[in-house]
Amino acid sequence: MNLTLFVWRQKGPEDPGRLKQLEARDISPDMSFLEMLDLVNEDLIKQGRDPIVFDHDCREGICGTCSQVINGVPHGPEERTTVCQLHMRNFKDGDTIYIEPWKAKAFPVIKDLIVDRNAFEHIIQSGGYISAHTGGVPDANAILIAKHDADTAMDAAECIGCGACVAACPNGSAMLFAAAKVTQFAVLPQGAVEAKKRVNSMISSMKKEGFGNCSNHYECQAVCPKGIKVSFIAKLNREFIASLKT
Amino acid sequence: MILDGKSPSGPLSEKWDKRRQEMKLVNPANKRKYKIIIVGTGLAGASAAATLGELGYNVEAFCYQDSPRRGHSIAAQGGINAAKNYPSDGDSIFRLFYDTIKGGDFRAREANVYRLATLSNNIIDQAVAQGVPFARDYAGYLDNRSFGGAQVSRTFFARGQTGQQLLLGAYSALSRQIKAGTVTLHSRTEMLDLVVINGEAKGITVRDMVTGEIRSYAADSVCLCTGGYANVFYLSTNAMGSNVTAAYRAYKKGAFFANPCFTQIHPTCIPVSGDHQSKLTLMSESLRNDGRCWVPREKGDQRIPDEIPEEERDYYLERKYPSFGNLAPRDIASRSAKEVCDEGRGIGTSGYGVYLDFADAINRLGAGVIKERYGNLFEMYEKITGENAYKQPMRIYPAPHYTMGGLWVDYNLESTIPGLFVLGEANYSDHGANRLGASALMQGLADGYFIIPGTIAHYLAQTGPGKAGIDHPEFQKSREGAHDRMHRLLSINGKKTVNEFHRELGRIMWNKVGMARTEKSLNSALQEIPRLRAEFWENVTVPGSGAALNQELEKAGRVADFLEFGELMARDALLRNESCGGHFREEYQMPDGEAKRDDEHFSYVAAWEFTGEDSTPEMHKEPLTFENVELAVRSYK
Repeated sequence: MNLTLFVWRQKGPEDPGRLKQLEARDISPDMSFLEMLDLVNEDLIKQGRDPIVFDHDCREGICGTCSQVINGVPHGPEERTTVCQLHMRNFKDGDTIYIEPWKAKAFPVIKDLIVDRNAFEHIIQSGGYISAHTGGVPDANAILIAKHDADTAMDAAECIGCGACVAACPNGSAMLFAAAKVTQFAVLPQGAVEAKKRVNSMISSMKKEGFGNCSNHYECQAVCPKGIKVSFIAKLNREFIASLKT
Repeated sequence: MILDGKSPSGPLSEKWDKRRQEMKLVNPANKRKYKIIIVGTGLAGASAAATLGELGYNVEAFCYQDSPRRGHSIAAQGGINAAKNYPSDGDSIFRLFYDTIKGGDFRAREANVYRLATLSNNIIDQAVAQGVPFARDYAGYLDNRSFGGAQVSRTFFARGQTGQQLLLGAYSALSRQIKAGTVTLHSRTEMLDLVVINGEAKGITVRDMVTGEIRSYAADSVCLCTGGYANVFYLSTNAMGSNVTAAYRAYKKGAFFANPCFTQIHPTCIPVSGDHQSKLTLMSESLRNDGRCWVPREKGDQRIPDEIPEEERDYYLERKYPSFGNLAPRDIASRSAKEVCDEGRGIGTSGYGVYLDFADAINRLGAGVIKERYGNLFEMYEKITGENAYKQPMRIYPAPHYTMGGLWVDYNLESTIPGLFVLGEANYSDHGANRLGASALMQGLADGYFIIPGTIAHYLAQTGPGKAGIDHPEFQKSREGAHDRMHRLLSINGKKTVNEFHRELGRIMWNKVGMARTEKSLNSALQEIPRLRAEFWENVTVPGSGAALNQELEKAGRVADFLEFGELMARDALLRNESCGGHFREEYQMPDGEAKRDDEHFSYVAAWEFTGEDSTPEMHKEPLTFENVELAVRSYK
């Protein structure tokens, strides 16, 4: 099939950037979306033009590197799917596709479709961990965890840190991202000791990094490739309120 | 030269304790005076950086990704082995050790593997303490599953994302140290060279992938945790960015490269769908717990699977290996799939595929149980192929997945360059000629959390801190070299893209240095690779400049190294006149097609020394001696 692409091209952080039209020819429905872009890039290189730069690595939906807004939707039209796992059978001959980077105050564009997500790093560094030193820990089965809690922790821990939630949110909020980490540790006994400090530090960090607040649009949940639920944001709020009580 | 692995003497179970007593320590007040560079932040790198930072060393960590959470360890699905024996099914440290040695076809160092089996238990404890949400049973205890190459259930797992959860555990520990200021992180930064001063590793030269700046970092010791080189095959299950450059640059600076021909072709991957394919996707080996591999009995049977009656199907693994069946080790399962496809009984449009069928398991356990066990894998399969594996069998085929070869290290994980340590998949490691499933996570974390903190102290205690700064002539030379090479790549202005060369190299490697090799195919590869390399340096096109973000330039540097490294692999495979583990030489097989190992002549590690650009590398041997296991024909029948 043949497609018309409008791709965001931006030379660097200072360049205002713009959508440029490109053609994608002879695309097979079995190709992944990124393989389609590979093909377009091969053509651009042969024509002596600058290829489109985009972030990607594992191409199996787990590393969280790929980050494109396709036709206005972070990660594109297929639910619970990263861009790298999106296949061209979701499109048809003659389609026009708009491809843009994550757009959020806290994620400045580096070049074309690549953004700087260091703000997420700072949120995790502010408290997204259990302070267990290497060694000197109890036997793994000494800590019993109800299956229900272990499953909830795992549901939350599936977050791949891609940032689609932020890109989809009209407020550019990182609540879903932070909530997933807070929930994972809040439901586990190992995480209880630092629970108050953790939720406070992570919330302050979100604010400091320029992320907005949650106002219940649920766009984050709708685009999350791992199905992280907004109910975790409620958990985050409850944890935060609990942390204020002395 | 005969290499000495420096295993401690004494009984197997006491070796590591003995070594720990022998090693020197660095006192707490002195630790911060030492700077340690860690390259790579997958399981090995993140766990090492976190632990060394915690101990008080001054750590600089580097990764090419935008975040350390994205190392390719994250893609490991199935699980991590440990000898906890929680299910009480007869497991022990010795049994895990034995299974790993046997699984590796008796080409690993006994003392290392025993240490790995011992530390496996500490890893599970550590991960649980960090909040890794392993699967639990209803009483709240940890759950286990079985995996290829073992008859006990010793694999711990977090759904189909065990690597992700373990990496996020190590990443969170690392993030804590970054906040504490003991670790400085350099993301989107790629190592281009190792700097060796007076014979010791004292720093690295890197390229900032955003600004294009080339700069150096000096340290008292360097740890490479840079993963494997399966992307030499172009198509593999590795991440697109996985590469051999850091390890290969160290090789060119004097570190020996061990057993480069030991590569693992994983049996359960989604088959190639066309020329556009950029990578292959693994379906966890855990699927073989409930899935049955089969092909039609007759050649060229084009019927859809439902129409092929039971008696016209060949469950070839169950037929050939009744005691292990579908859980035969990876190398054996892969080769068996290749065999049936070479016979013309392969399935799918290309004929290079076999079925992995869950119908029996679904009938026995119900679709709900299968969904709970493998739901995310079935979903991923459907996304890629558009097929529903609950209703029709999966199609799978082997793909390059893991590399057992790597930089040679002694028992202390130190390479032949003093001060250069190599961890995780990047080292020639504990897996011999074939790695068992769920053992890579175990090794990366054992190296990073528990081994390197002791062994690096032993090295540092014997060398003073701050020996050389980045103004040293060796650093200057290294930066100039990196600049020259970059400018050379940018100024060729040829007609073929980097990808075209990489794809071509992959075709040579897969066809001639792949799952089955012959003297003829290897010699032919040794002709073709240098030809392709010469063409690359005359006809590649790399657009853009070096002074900015340039993904084509990054790829070009990596492919240039693969074009040299592929030759070393072929050379190593040609000299090893035996079949063992993942290395199958067609000339050396039993009448029934099983691998024919030659312990009399090849019970050694082949460690290659770089001897100059136009000179043949020299092979050195580390003899492997087995005091605690009997060398046996590896049978899974």
